[in-house]
Amino acid sequence: MASEDALILRTSRVVPRISPVVWWIAIVALAWLGLAHFHGNTVATLRVWLPLLASGLWMNILISVLAIGIGTVLGIIVGALELSRMRWVSAPARGYVQAFRNAPMLVLIFFATYVFPFEIQVGSLYLPFPDWIKATIGLALPASAHIAEIFRGAILSIASAQWEASASLGFSRARTLRWVILPQCVKRVLPPWMNLYAMITMSTTLASLVGVTELLEVARIASNTVNRTDFTIFVYLAVLTLFFLYCYPITRFTAHLEQKYAFH
Amino acid sequence: MPQSDTFSEHPPLVRLRKVHLSFGSNHVLKCIDLNVRQGGAVSIIGPSGSGKSTILRCINGLLTPDRGEVVVGDTPVHSLRTEAERIALRKRIGFVFQQYNLFPHLTVLQNVVLAPTRILGVERETAEREARELLAKVRLADKDDAYPGQLSGGQQQRVAIARALAMHPQLVLFDEVTSALDPETVGEVLSVIRQLVQDGMTCLLVTHEMRFAEEVSHEIVFTEGGEIVEHGTPRDIFHAPRNPRTHAFINALRN
Ligand SMILES: Nc1ncnc2c1ncn2[C@@H]1O[C@H](COP(=O)(O)OP(=O)(O)OP(=O)(O)O)[C@@H](O)[C@H]1O
Ligand SMILES: [Mg+2]
Repeated sequence: MASEDALILRTSRVVPRISPVVWWIAIVALAWLGLAHFHGNTVATLRVWLPLLASGLWMNILISVLAIGIGTVLGIIVGALELSRMRWVSAPARGYVQAFRNAPMLVLIFFATYVFPFEIQVGSLYLPFPDWIKATIGLALPASAHIAEIFRGAILSIASAQWEASASLGFSRARTLRWVILPQCVKRVLPPWMNLYAMITMSTTLASLVGVTELLEVARIASNTVNRTDFTIFVYLAVLTLFFLYCYPITRFTAHLEQKYAFH
Repeated sequence: MPQSDTFSEHPPLVRLRKVHLSFGSNHVLKCIDLNVRQGGAVSIIGPSGSGKSTILRCINGLLTPDRGEVVVGDTPVHSLRTEAERIALRKRIGFVFQQYNLFPHLTVLQNVVLAPTRILGVERETAEREARELLAKVRLADKDDAYPGQLSGGQQQRVAIARALAMHPQLVLFDEVTSALDPETVGEVLSVIRQLVQDGMTCLLVTHEMRFAEEVSHEIVFTEGGEIVEHGTPRDIFHAPRNPRTHAFINALRN
């Protein structure tokens, strides 16, 4: 595992590879400067809203990170269960994956919102169960199904000779998975995993439809409050820019990793 | 020396009795009898597909025979049922593969210490010290931090041997460990095995290196079509085979 981490760190320091990101950021920044020049007033209004928009984006990031985190843990477990030799273990796992991979995310978010109570009773204590956590669950479920598939594919792509060598050294199946197979999978699953993360991040805007105050929702409120067409256009442009600034480096880095490991 | 003599002196460490095994309708092992005594070196020779690897895989419980007995020390391998029982057996048996099967994501040193630390619970420091000694023994002392992909086939195979030895096995099974190697690197692997046999490690080898088998083995077993056609001392098998099939096989290799 440590060597994998070292690899990631090493690649992130490769400056020339990252340069397209810098280029794009420069272009976007210039475009905004241009807009500020011709529509100084509108951009000034936008600046007033910027802290709120930023806190909205923070909510998107929070939801996406939690969703991918929960999804990864669940996905690895489900993926491992799918590979079990016992049918009564693998069949439900496969059903889970098929069900959640083929369900629209928005439907799952709605479902999570209405199926869970708004607070949970623990003894005499009432813990709030806010909508943003429900939306996170709605995103984590399909994420876990995708990750289960990604992991299952990676595990199967590792030669059976590795299982046999481990077994011959006295490793159980579980220990082989933990110490031999999963570490080899990390490298292979990293690019699809990051792609999935970028997708989840963009899907967090769906949470606005169940009343979560994330970036898109803030933008909608801002646009309704200011109520000027040019501001509305600018505010959504700002939303796109913020998402771009967050997601584009991730996709670039993924593409870089894909290239790097293409021939392994 | 004939097998019956050694058998009466020590009980064999490995004992196969009337072992049968089929894959579907393919009858791969037909009544295999085989003994390996403590400290002995036995080589199995024979044409491709004759069941040599299958015999080795029955001994460490990767395969379970349909009929017959496989006993290693006091363990009746043929009647092991649980994964835990097989693990206990495999900890005592080293297995070296034709394709090395090192862990590509780990360095040479990590390859050697993984099983002792994770399976036997040896302290990392102790395991690493011992791993370094083993790597020195297979003449790879300077390759600790290399990854398997950076090594030649012969070097990888020597790491695989060190990895097997790190578990302190009672017995090491070698399955055509030089067949995938460049001719230049075969010698370095064979000399490691030779040293091991001289040190008294019990070894069961499947090999196509006839000269080596003749030199290091106490006994040669010739298999064909899932049967043991003939077994005996290297001198008998290579220079005075009684069975015409053995004769034909050895002559074909000579030419
Ligand atoms: N897992 C398996 N499933 C089905 N058939 C198998 C399996 N493993 C081996 N066999 C068959 O069993 C027979 C003996 O195989 P084995 O690998 O033991 O031969 P071998 O003597 O080691 O040959 P080689 O010199 O080519 O390695 C072959 O016919 C092979 O096709
Ligand atoms: Mg074989």
